[in-house]
Amino acid sequence: MPASATFRIRRGDAQGGRFVDYTTEVAEGMVVLDAVHRIQAEKAPDLAVRWNCKAGKCGSCSAEVNGVPKLMCMSRLSDLPLEKPIVLEPMKAFPLLKDLVTDVSWNFAVKKKVKPFKPRPPDAPDGTWRMAQSDVDRVQEFRKCIECFLCQDVCHVLRDHRLYEGFIGPRFLVHVAALEMHPLDVEDRLPSLRDAHGIGYCNITKCCTKVCPEGITITDNAIIPLKER
Amino acid sequence: MADYETHRHDVLVIGAGGAGLRAAIEASASGVSVGLVCKSLLGKAHTVMAEGGIAAALANVDDRDDWRVHFADTMRGGQYVNNWRMAELHAKEAPARVRELEAWGAVFDRTPDGRILQRNFGGHRYPRLAHVGDRTGLEMIRTLQDRGVHQGIDVHMECTVTRLLVDDGRVVGAFGFDRPRGRFKVFEARAVVLATGGIGRAYKITSNSWEYTGDGHALAYAAGADLMDMEFVQFHPTGMIWPPSVQGILVTESVRGEGGILTNKDGRRFMFEDIPEAYKGQTADNEEEGWRYTQGDKAARRPPELLTRDHVSRCIVREIKEGRGSPHGGVYLDISWIKKRLPNAEEHIKRKLPSMYHQFKQLADIDITREPMEVGPTTHYVMGGVRVDAETQMSTVPGLFAAGECAAGINGANRLGGNSLSDLLVFGRRAGEHAARFARESGPGRIDPARVDVAARQAVEPFERGDGHADGPYRVQRDLQEMMQDLVGIVRTESEMRRALEGLQGLWERSRRVPVDGNREYNPGWHTALDLPNLLTASEAVTRSALERKESRGAHFREDFPDKDPASAKFNVVVRKAADGVMRVERVPIPEMPPELRQVIEEMK
Repeated sequence: MPASATFRIRRGDAQGGRFVDYTTEVAEGMVVLDAVHRIQAEKAPDLAVRWNCKAGKCGSCSAEVNGVPKLMCMSRLSDLPLEKPIVLEPMKAFPLLKDLVTDVSWNFAVKKKVKPFKPRPPDAPDGTWRMAQSDVDRVQEFRKCIECFLCQDVCHVLRDHRLYEGFIGPRFLVHVAALEMHPLDVEDRLPSLRDAHGIGYCNITKCCTKVCPEGITITDNAIIPLKER
Repeated sequence: MADYETHRHDVLVIGAGGAGLRAAIEASASGVSVGLVCKSLLGKAHTVMAEGGIAAALANVDDRDDWRVHFADTMRGGQYVNNWRMAELHAKEAPARVRELEAWGAVFDRTPDGRILQRNFGGHRYPRLAHVGDRTGLEMIRTLQDRGVHQGIDVHMECTVTRLLVDDGRVVGAFGFDRPRGRFKVFEARAVVLATGGIGRAYKITSNSWEYTGDGHALAYAAGADLMDMEFVQFHPTGMIWPPSVQGILVTESVRGEGGILTNKDGRRFMFEDIPEAYKGQTADNEEEGWRYTQGDKAARRPPELLTRDHVSRCIVREIKEGRGSPHGGVYLDISWIKKRLPNAEEHIKRKLPSMYHQFKQLADIDITREPMEVGPTTHYVMGGVRVDAETQMSTVPGLFAAGECAAGINGANRLGGNSLSDLLVFGRRAGEHAARFARESGPGRIDPARVDVAARQAVEPFERGDGHADGPYRVQRDLQEMMQDLVGIVRTESEMRRALEGLQGLWERSRRVPVDGNREYNPGWHTALDLPNLLTASEAVTRSALERKESRGAHFREDFPDKDPASAKFNVVVRKAADGVMRVERVPIPEMPPELRQVIEEMK
């Protein structure tokens, strides 16, 4: 690994901006987020970036690294071509706030529109339920989602066609799948899936599955079974 | 006059991790209007990082478990300086709180007969942690978040509170700003619940994210509330140590719960060499018995790797200091060895510890199914916090409540793993219930515009500092973290802590000079500058309290007083802001435990 690398970071807000090159020291084991923090501490204290856990568990530091939607905390520098500047940009599917930070509040508003969990009456007199592990495995896959919104970012229905009014995006199709396939849930969300949630817009290009940092098989395990219902 | 937006809520909850969400849900369900403020996006709080599970005596895996065993385990782990009433309420109410999560949609791992599965953890006599692989915190926060947003709670995301507003001795609201735009907000509220988490960012090596700057501790302190037990800072025994950029990131205790062992560079399982007297009766003295325990043999005692976190951390520090550490200055944590005992060990590890597998593979190029991890202690949790009433969670200031990590009491000198998530649920709910009641019974508060103006001026004052030669906010924060790590860390002594107090004086002065570049829009430099006073208040409270406790107990270890002192078991250390603005330290006697609880402890010895 070279002793230093250059990061070409999109600075600015919705009114305008430009790419700024920052060269900083790099070392074995570093991830992109480490480099951004180093730049922040040494050269650009007001560089805006979201992050929390730094271990791929919270889904805050989503951005585009050399054009690929990724969590910066899980992007190892050793996997990137450091001889050229590494290009860091904010997600494209959401309004820019500043630098690497976008306004993702639309996602939170969408979730409110999905009918919440509604369980069947308890199975046992003590008010508890019985479920086999094999029955919950499928739902547990969907519940791994860390809400990084990278799948929303890469989905062309949102990113290119901007259909925010009529389509909830892969993240919330996974959310609907998690509820619909929950062994205890008795709510019916199928009518709204087709109308308000716009599942028909998805034409199964599987871009979302490719970028999911949790490895959720979004298209095959969540969206296609919902389409087939 | 400052320009600000006003928001009115009956109850304002500050912090949206497990405790804040649970408090907000409870208050809202009782019919009052609730505002929930968080520094990050909703669902990103540190609860999401909790891996191992939620401790609750459901007795699904071992029917010998009940609240009495859980209570006794919690008190033993806390070395008997816990608030015994909180420990009792916690042990009694945790099972109902876990079942409630299931009713709200959480999907826990299952027993063969279809109930909630429970796993072994340090200091818990029986398998007690309800869990979802090693991502229990994510399951919990998402369940609460989804429940909360459908209940009509107003969420103010990415919003920092810099000051509580007090009127005639009662908390009546808060002042803050939205982080994306930097615009001021005034929250009028009849009751305020603090649920801001910990202070981990006061230390260099920590599992905590940027958010854990002791905000709730400092807000409460400034409003006149007591902080208690601040000398007790938990250093989790197993944080990642290599490569340097991942230093401090948590390695869940479940690795040991599933059979993982700690070894030194000579391959010795050093935990067998030092088993404290209080735990001798319930700890295995040979490897065979320890293994059988992790595999569910009810006749076996637990392996010494599952002793309490304070003790395991000190044993690791001893191995490293005496030259038996691993190449990068830690020890080895090995789960891969179980392949000698279990068929399909590789699949088993990936299923039980998926995020650990993922974390080491991606961040350290280590396959934990094949090779050991290198680990060392990392600052993880503060047992100390706002002193609250056990039943209501109200602080010593009327209208101000606290729950979760930022409150003190349940954990005493050391928290057991898994007791945090249950604490968030049990006392988050209680705080929400009682804050709502307080709000209903109290009239609206009066917000003094002059105080709002002062708060607004203080918030933007860093932009007006002209000293271009002064150190920036990140530099001052780093110097504080290094000093606290070196001088008020795992092993403490009077002279070093005196030096830390002097160092804090200098850091306070530097914090008032840090310049801030740019404007108010999403400016991390500004945010870091505003966090500094909170971190310094928390650090000073830790240091002064640690000086006051002249003994070693739980997470607080003094080289100059290496033993437990029976007389020191009779008080908690409290700090509060005196009229002259100086931090005062006081010893507060622990109330006598009722005979029926004392008897429970005796029976469980």
